[in-house]
Amino acid sequence: MDLKKIEKVSKIYLKELISSFAKIDKLKKLRFFSGIHFKDALSQFNKRIEKYSRATRESNKVWNKVELSRSGERPQCRDYIKGIFEDFTELSGDRLTGDDSSIVAGLGRIGGRTVAVVGHNKGRNTNERIKHNFGMGIPQGYRKSCRIMKLADKFGFPVITFIDTPGAYAGLEAEDNGQSAAISGSIRLMFELNVPVISVLIGEGGSGGALALAVGDEVAMLENSTYSVISPEACSAILWKDSTGKKLAARALRITSKDLLKLGAIERVIHEPIGGAQKDPGRMIKIVKKYINDALGRLGKYQPEQLRLKRAEKFENIGFFTYG
Amino acid sequence: MDKSQKHKCEACGKDIEQEVLIKNLNVCPYCGHHEYIGCRRRLDITVDEGSFKEMDSDMRSVDFLKFRDLKKYSQRLEEAREKTGLSEAIITGEAGIEGYGVAIGVMDFGFMGGSMGSVVGEKIKNLCNRSIKNDIPLIIFSSSGGARMQEGIISLMQMAKTVSSVGRVMACNIPYISVITNPTTGGVSASFSTIADIIIAEPGALFCFAGPRVVRQTMKKDIPDDFGLAERNLANGQVDMIVSRSDMKETLARLIRLLRG
Repeated sequence: MDLKKIEKVSKIYLKELISSFAKIDKLKKLRFFSGIHFKDALSQFNKRIEKYSRATRESNKVWNKVELSRSGERPQCRDYIKGIFEDFTELSGDRLTGDDSSIVAGLGRIGGRTVAVVGHNKGRNTNERIKHNFGMGIPQGYRKSCRIMKLADKFGFPVITFIDTPGAYAGLEAEDNGQSAAISGSIRLMFELNVPVISVLIGEGGSGGALALAVGDEVAMLENSTYSVISPEACSAILWKDSTGKKLAARALRITSKDLLKLGAIERVIHEPIGGAQKDPGRMIKIVKKYINDALGRLGKYQPEQLRLKRAEKFENIGFFTYG
Repeated sequence: MDKSQKHKCEACGKDIEQEVLIKNLNVCPYCGHHEYIGCRRRLDITVDEGSFKEMDSDMRSVDFLKFRDLKKYSQRLEEAREKTGLSEAIITGEAGIEGYGVAIGVMDFGFMGGSMGSVVGEKIKNLCNRSIKNDIPLIIFSSSGGARMQEGIISLMQMAKTVSSVGRVMACNIPYISVITNPTTGGVSASFSTIADIIIAEPGALFCFAGPRVVRQTMKKDIPDDFGLAERNLANGQVDMIVSRSDMKETLARLIRLLRG
């Protein structure tokens, strides 16, 4: 038995391994327990260690991606806006109760045409992060987004969204103000748009707060971005009943761009400069600009009604199930 | 079950005879607390006797991610089926409510916390299609902790899927009534359950996006006792009305009558 291998296995698995090791140890002491059975049990135990250490290695790899996707060094929504759109003009407020600076919205120009741009902005230093509430949207933000998307729909402007959020803000005021309805309302509105919608996940795609802006005709993920139904930390706390399982949860949830492409939840992976977007932000922004231009070209072929039908059909066809 | 057995009310702590509790639709006769009620029983007390025709009864979840936490997803599914006698967290079909034909879906919190995975999403989509095809109002009783983590990103996508489906019903000018029962949170509260012509909540139902534990953690301070409850949601303008279980059927029938002009 290779004890060094056990050391590298995630803590979560250790308890199970130790208890089955104790069982094997007991077997060894039984007088009538034949050697063959013992060997069998031991080889199975070794296989399990092998399996768990592989899972642990993979989990560590996925976790590196999670950390990279959250890194403050990566270009953020405002960087993309500045590098991609001319004449960008920010628009504020939901016209109901206020503004949300975690979500940026406005109009700009690309390829000689006007588009509406909406995205989460996390902020880089502490001050910025507090100002932008770490990119965690509140109802005012989702309603502002709806207002700008409606404006785009009215004038026939395509909508570009950038997604980068740990999730919608979990606060008392946000709840009192109808966080649920703000998110579902944003999703619904995006299905009703008669203009092309392009969504790009640039960093962290956290749950409903991310989906609220990600109902695109084309949804693309940057290579090192993640997109998940729940944060690995929260998932681990609920299912593993232990926060040390966050890396295992990250692996189990399949949250990398490659996984999502394979599952059919997104249309495209946008490759990043070697080592990640943070190594060469200028180039990253150029790559995303080219992607948006190309996508606008692809989607420009469709009639407004066709776009809406295809969008609904695409999302309504997602799911794996069986009969019987 | 022994009918003379006593049941302690979760809210007021008073002993209730099992027989009384059942007769009272699982509502405490002393304090009016609405307790959990399974989806089959819910249908029994909501739709006209013998009118329910189930759809997609043989649709099953698959463990397509080979998701394993402390247990395998496939094992959790098996246990949930055994425990509840249900095949999934929602039961859907056509029924009559005081003679009105409806497409009705009822979620069951007992099945993996009522979580929404591919099957819940697909059943709702098919229910919506039935509502459109037969031009009958859509009614969904929600009760869910949110999206089903064991289906990863595909469960998040069910939020978009169900919003699109109920949106198509509403675009046909067919009434859609959402009934919020305890608890309705996360991916279900932030999708089809809050996209409705009318939103009704049962008394005392927890109805929020983030649960009280998470919000307390984020805010790092105490939150009001009535956080996320139906009554607070009513005061905040998030639901149309609060309707007790015993009045639900009559209210739904009246709303259909009104909405159908």
